[in-house]
Amino acid sequence: MRKMGGYSGFRILREGLTGNRGWRPAWRDPEPQQAYDFVIVGGGGHGLATAYYLASRYGEASVAVLEKGWIGGGNVGRNTTIIRSNYLLPGNEPFYEFSLQLWEGLEQDLNYNAMVSQRGVYNLYHSDGQRDAYRRRGNAMILHGADAELLDAAQLRAEIPFLNFDNGRFPIQGALVQRRGGTVRHDAVAWGYARGADRRGVDIIQNCEVTGFRIQNGRCTGVETSRGFIAARKVGCAVAGSSSRVMQAAGMRLPIESHVLQAFVSEGLKPVIPGVVTYGAGHFYISQSDKGGLVFGGDIDMYNSYAQRGNLPVVEDVCEGGMTLMPMIGRARMVRMWGGIMDMSMDGSPIIDRTPVDGLYFNGGWCYGGFKATPASGYCFAHLLATDTPHDTATAFRLDRFRRGMMIDEKGSGAQPNLH
Amino acid sequence: MIIEHPLLGPRDSQEFTCLGDASLLQRPDASADDAAETFFDYQYLRDNPAGTHRELWYHEMGDRSWLVVTRDTATHEILAVELASDVVTAGGRS
Ligand SMILES: Cc1cc2nc3c(=O)[nH]c(=O)nc-3n(C[C@H](O)[C@H](O)[C@H](O)COP(=O)(O)OP(=O)(O)OC[C@H]3O[C@@H](n4cnc5c(N)ncnc54)[C@H](O)[C@@H]3O)c2cc1C
Repeated sequence: MRKMGGYSGFRILREGLTGNRGWRPAWRDPEPQQAYDFVIVGGGGHGLATAYYLASRYGEASVAVLEKGWIGGGNVGRNTTIIRSNYLLPGNEPFYEFSLQLWEGLEQDLNYNAMVSQRGVYNLYHSDGQRDAYRRRGNAMILHGADAELLDAAQLRAEIPFLNFDNGRFPIQGALVQRRGGTVRHDAVAWGYARGADRRGVDIIQNCEVTGFRIQNGRCTGVETSRGFIAARKVGCAVAGSSSRVMQAAGMRLPIESHVLQAFVSEGLKPVIPGVVTYGAGHFYISQSDKGGLVFGGDIDMYNSYAQRGNLPVVEDVCEGGMTLMPMIGRARMVRMWGGIMDMSMDGSPIIDRTPVDGLYFNGGWCYGGFKATPASGYCFAHLLATDTPHDTATAFRLDRFRRGMMIDEKGSGAQPNLH
Repeated sequence: MIIEHPLLGPRDSQEFTCLGDASLLQRPDASADDAAETFFDYQYLRDNPAGTHRELWYHEMGDRSWLVVTRDTATHEILAVELASDVVTAGGRS
């Protein structure tokens, strides 16, 4: 394996002075071997993070990530990049707080600039009832070691003056703020984990679609792929929106529906939006990228979809939300929009668990909140794969919880994936 | 998406809400011995196909009928639309 130098300010200076001839590809492009100890299906954020932590924390040397397309082409490169740990329920909050802590140390750990920016996440409230619900959520967060602050309208005005505070129907009364929340450059997360895993010997194999599992006597012994059979002691699937399709090949039906979520970017503007702002009376959230584009989104399209594009009713709904909340954005021109396919689970919470097939493990059901979970999801999935026990922060994410009635339903909306 | 309503003609999908897989019309027998198992399956598990999918749409901002829409989830093309009541009756239930 060719060793690549670390990244540093000094290196940029040196390369700059020597014609930038020393840079090398950030990861290899290896041919698949015949067998690995661990095969991870899906080269999104979660699959790459799993491989990285298997190699770096659990000392596993024989690991491959199989990706049907290219690294970063799935949801990890399509999301609106928001990270936070503002969950209410005990099954969720310790896990997301663990993830936020991993984000805080990620760049040093990976030696990669992922542009982790703790610019704060503001969840607006518009009624007394909503304020009380947010206060309760904030207290739950604090009890689990996260940070939360409740701002009233005057305090919020001082920080974000341009909001439409006096809207006749949904006046803004204040916000629940998590100052440690923020945004991360999504592509850099995929690339950083890929490079980190590769440097520790993980084979990242692109253009390699898993088409089936070889299952003998109830045990998975490897995967059939578009590049031939690859044997594995353990197989972990982290394919997000493709979960049902992939796991069907192992004879499983999942508590998951695939839905499309759209996102939008405006032309580049001077800095105007501090932090991440979410509307509490409609579905709209917004931040501004370091390039200046306003990055925003809203609801899923509400019907099952595997097309990575949505329809106009949601575009209209999102823009209406934005105009209600901050009329000034009506002046900005939209330059891009796209969609990603999300694995919406029956209670809105994820699954990291073994499956009824020995040697086959499943990670999915991330809904539209799986980007923030990337580090902890990878860490906990690696823990499960390496030790066959759930990580302490992921004990609730069981596949059989629906059968047992142990749902983790943050919104209390029931087995209706498009409402989570 | 334009939904060809069997009674009202072409309607904008915005007038509807989508509930999900039309298998929800086949409610299991609650008094059967295996009811716990069949209800778990009915309530929580989905085929979730990439391709042809039969699903329930409710004409909330229209005549409030339930429709069974057959749609390709990979292209969003709508292939057939039936009144859910007709589907249920044809299936032998009243
Ligand atoms: C528009 C949008 C906005 C979002 N905003 C946020 C946000 O602000 N904050 C947040 O926390 N989350 C957000 N999310 C959710 C988040 O992006 C996802 O939950 C998360 O990225 C999913 O995990 P992943 O990165 O591993 O998925 P992906 O990147 O989709 O990885 C799955 C990979 O599996 C591969 N694959 C599929 N089938 C096979 C096969 N048979 N063989 C081999 N490989 C296969 C796919 O090609 C893909 O690369 C958003 C999602 C979308 C679409």
